[in-house]
Amino acid sequence: MKPTAFEYVRAGSLDEVLTVLEERGDEAKVLAGGQSLIPTMNMRFAAPEVLIDISGVTELRGIEVRDDVLRIGAMCRHVEVLNAPEVAEHAPLIAMAMPNIAHAAIRNRGTFGGSLCHADPAAELPACVLALDARLNIDGKSGPRSISARDFFLGTYMTCLADDEVLISVDVPKVMSENVTFFDEVARRRGDYAMAGLASQATVRSGFITDVRLAFFAVGEVAVRAPHAEQALQGILLQDMDADAICSAIADDISPFDDLTTSGAAKLTMMQVLTRRAVESFAKQGAHA
Amino acid sequence: MNEHLKPSVLDRPNSYVGKTVPRPNARRLVQGCGTYVDDICLPRMVHLAFHRSAFAHAKVVSIDTDEARAVPGVVGVFTMNDIRDVITPWTGVLDHLKGIKSAEQWPLANGKVFWQGEPVAAVAAVSRAVAEDAAEQIFVEYEELTPVTDMETALAPDTPVIHPELGDNLCFHRVIDSGDVDAAFADAAAVVEDTFHFNRHTGVPMEPRSIICDYSRAEGELTLYMSVQCPHMSKNLFAKHLGLDENKVRVICRDVGGSFGIKIHTYSDEMAAGAIAVILGRPVKFIADRLESFVTDVHARDHVVKARAAFNSGGELLAIDMDDVTGIGPYSVYPRTSGIELNQVVNLTGGPYKHASYRADGKVVFQNKNVMCQYRGVGHPIAVAVGEHLMDLGARKLGLDPVDVRHNSFIPDDAYPYTSPSGAIYERQSHRQCLDKLVGIMDYAGLRDAQAQMRDRNIYRGIGFASLIEVTNPSPAFYGVGGARIASQDGCTIRLDPTGGITATTGVTEQGQGTETIIAQIAATAVGVPLDQVRVLTGDTEIVPYGGGTWASRGAGIGGEAALQAGKALKENIIALAAAILQAKPDRLDVRDGSIVDIATGQERMPLSELGGIAYFRGDTLPKDVQPELVATRHYTQRQFPFVFTNAAHACHVEVDVETGIVNLLNYWVVEDCGRVINPKLVAEQTRGGVVQGLGPALYEECLYSSEGQLLNGSLADYLVPMAAEMPDIVVDHIETPTGTSELGAKGVGEAGTAGAPAAVMNAINDALDPFGVTLTHMPFTPDKILKGLGRA
Repeated sequence: MKPTAFEYVRAGSLDEVLTVLEERGDEAKVLAGGQSLIPTMNMRFAAPEVLIDISGVTELRGIEVRDDVLRIGAMCRHVEVLNAPEVAEHAPLIAMAMPNIAHAAIRNRGTFGGSLCHADPAAELPACVLALDARLNIDGKSGPRSISARDFFLGTYMTCLADDEVLISVDVPKVMSENVTFFDEVARRRGDYAMAGLASQATVRSGFITDVRLAFFAVGEVAVRAPHAEQALQGILLQDMDADAICSAIADDISPFDDLTTSGAAKLTMMQVLTRRAVESFAKQGAHA
Repeated sequence: MNEHLKPSVLDRPNSYVGKTVPRPNARRLVQGCGTYVDDICLPRMVHLAFHRSAFAHAKVVSIDTDEARAVPGVVGVFTMNDIRDVITPWTGVLDHLKGIKSAEQWPLANGKVFWQGEPVAAVAAVSRAVAEDAAEQIFVEYEELTPVTDMETALAPDTPVIHPELGDNLCFHRVIDSGDVDAAFADAAAVVEDTFHFNRHTGVPMEPRSIICDYSRAEGELTLYMSVQCPHMSKNLFAKHLGLDENKVRVICRDVGGSFGIKIHTYSDEMAAGAIAVILGRPVKFIADRLESFVTDVHARDHVVKARAAFNSGGELLAIDMDDVTGIGPYSVYPRTSGIELNQVVNLTGGPYKHASYRADGKVVFQNKNVMCQYRGVGHPIAVAVGEHLMDLGARKLGLDPVDVRHNSFIPDDAYPYTSPSGAIYERQSHRQCLDKLVGIMDYAGLRDAQAQMRDRNIYRGIGFASLIEVTNPSPAFYGVGGARIASQDGCTIRLDPTGGITATTGVTEQGQGTETIIAQIAATAVGVPLDQVRVLTGDTEIVPYGGGTWASRGAGIGGEAALQAGKALKENIIALAAAILQAKPDRLDVRDGSIVDIATGQERMPLSELGGIAYFRGDTLPKDVQPELVATRHYTQRQFPFVFTNAAHACHVEVDVETGIVNLLNYWVVEDCGRVINPKLVAEQTRGGVVQGLGPALYEECLYSSEGQLLNGSLADYLVPMAAEMPDIVVDHIETPTGTSELGAKGVGEAGTAGAPAAVMNAINDALDPFGVTLTHMPFTPDKILKGLGRA
């Protein structure tokens, strides 16, 4: 379990990152926290010729409260996001997700942007940004662009980032007072990849629920929304919820894959349980609002 | 038993036996200053990496090593043909396991490969990274053969025979038929039965298997730095198969980062490292990485058991009838064989109980998966889970409490010594006392009340029990009589140093379990010196007495007794010398807390440092006929019984989320009887660690294979070990029934936790699911299996 030999560049600036990426293209890999990339290299599943270490690039760091959004730098370590009061205040869904991400040692090094760019289907953060309709800010030699989370993830370990692009930051819409949030996952051990997980946010006014986003993870190739179930919940009075109808809508939306030890059928049951627990939580949160 | 009522040699002033004392090696280890094999770097050392078989069963048509040899930094590339002249094959059979058979095993593939991960070729290079680069450049042409993976069809007539020279895929067959089983079942008030699946898993020590082989051509000497449990056994095996004089092989085993039975076997890659060291005349290091560990460290368990039990209307167990089949991979592992696990299962199932009728039919079969062999608990977890689940089924069927059914079925206290229907002899056990104490400390009645109330709120909690016996302190009947050069005796040498401190060397070994601590406690007590004046050395075959090392929970019971006797002998020598110096009668003197004292008043007559100074430097002052002899060695072999059995009662309390299938471990209790407790904290920690290692495979751990024999989860992301967050508090308490086989009276404690936990948690889960009429017996109890059992997936 030793990687093949590689070059190492410790980038001092975003410009340097982009220059090396442009020169080396798909021979290069960006190294953020290294919590997925380095094991992959040690197992020799990946053998990049050059690693560009972005941990010293200040443009990628920091959490900033803007007018409508919370901007989280791609290079923010999980532990920084976990402990940031701004995140707890303006993006409670992310704050709820953070303790579920692996273990303390991994959260100390792993990064917010790294998790998104790795696009592991069982990771928590892709589902969170999907549920929050966040926008991802990207830069490359062809110029900066911004893309919706809905369009960023293409498949397992696949995103729309080009070889010469790097994720700069993520703009998360600030939570509003009528919003309700729910995050939970079913994992065999604390810190494991989940068997099924749900990141969800909705709006509750006078007991009626609207703008429901149900983003599931660990159930398919990539974190995924459940449009039929969202539709089934849209506009209903929470206390009248027909749980069976919503559960059957989830089955229409998603047919989870089997993983090594959990069948798709069990995952579907867990998704339905999580959804019911989410709606129950929304009803409680809405009653307090 | 009565002699244990007299004041023991251990009940002395400044006795450390029975006390929790700090571990002398803990400071070094927690500071990260341990010396593991990978910390050792020798001049001119090369590093090994292997090309390992990608297939479970294949012919090796050709091996192309040209490109690998050309990689800069490569010192040599080796196939079986390159090392054949310096090493001989081995076969894992023992004479006393009647009919056991296995095939010759070679360090590198000898024309065929038999499991995915089997080493085919080795690269020696200036670094492990370069060796891995070159190993990728070894090109092997394979011709795939049909893999035999399903142990339940391994003996079917249309299944290919893995080793044609053996005739079939049966390694070992054992049958026990005792009493009148058929009559017992015919007359029974209740008959219960079930089929159990026990999952393949492995030990996962933090420090992987590690070895440096340093061969001196000039001296014809091989020095092995190994992470191993049995240094003398390794010395013998490397000498034997490399054709070296056994006296010229030295094994040095410093700190060991866990072993659990994994580091007690012969491994192809380690033997290949020895052969390559002899060929190169350079030190050769091999450190198994985690993936290599998963595909080559012995796996364990992998049984399918069909069992039934008969009870009378009073809930007394009358008979057990069981069939067990276990798949062990393509070879019986050398030198202990892969027949022992099954032997233990059939010997021990129903062990605590008085039933007179017992039938067991056990088959050990070959398959094209990694080898399976002894791992912490060896067979016990299977035997206990089968027996204890049958007890619960019987209780349920008769409408009795599981505690009562156990009480009604225990061997009566006045029946000891007792011979079980399988032929095992129990010196004395305390099942009743352990279970009574357990029921008290767990507040069983309170838990049952709470359970009933919670069910009304759709919260499903369960309580599971397991009473068990454990094989410890083995006699030569375990391996020696079968022809294996595995010592069941052990020795200890204790020397008084001029400073007044003592140095003890022992053949039992330290893997992190605290052996050095308890040897120090016993030696300090027996000689009469402060604990901080004791130094204990283990693990170097040129320093320590010849001994068996760590296996079958023998360190405290066997090694401890040798230390006690050596300490007593040294003390006698010290007193004889002191008497001469002080012109006193020996029976008027004692050694306490580092000083010669008057035995009646305790008044100091002379510190040991002064005695040591006189003995070593001022012999001129001694009477002419006095020659100080301040070293004593004693050995101990337990030969009164084949084994000294311990016993314990476990209870597990769980909550099952019937919506998600998640099992939450709420509490765990153990009342353990390991005879004399030398260090309560170490006994408790051994028990807790053992329980965790038993809960792991019941809930999480499984080596998953495809039907083609490919291991599907070779990393710690996919192979789930139990971790702290999920583990319950484990309360440990004791009953002490010292064994009369030794003066120390200690039995083993290393494996009993692992033996009982799978049964206790299985019974607890089934108790929780009782309202649903669901009974689960297929480990591990994953959320998927629980939801399927509940009809929810």
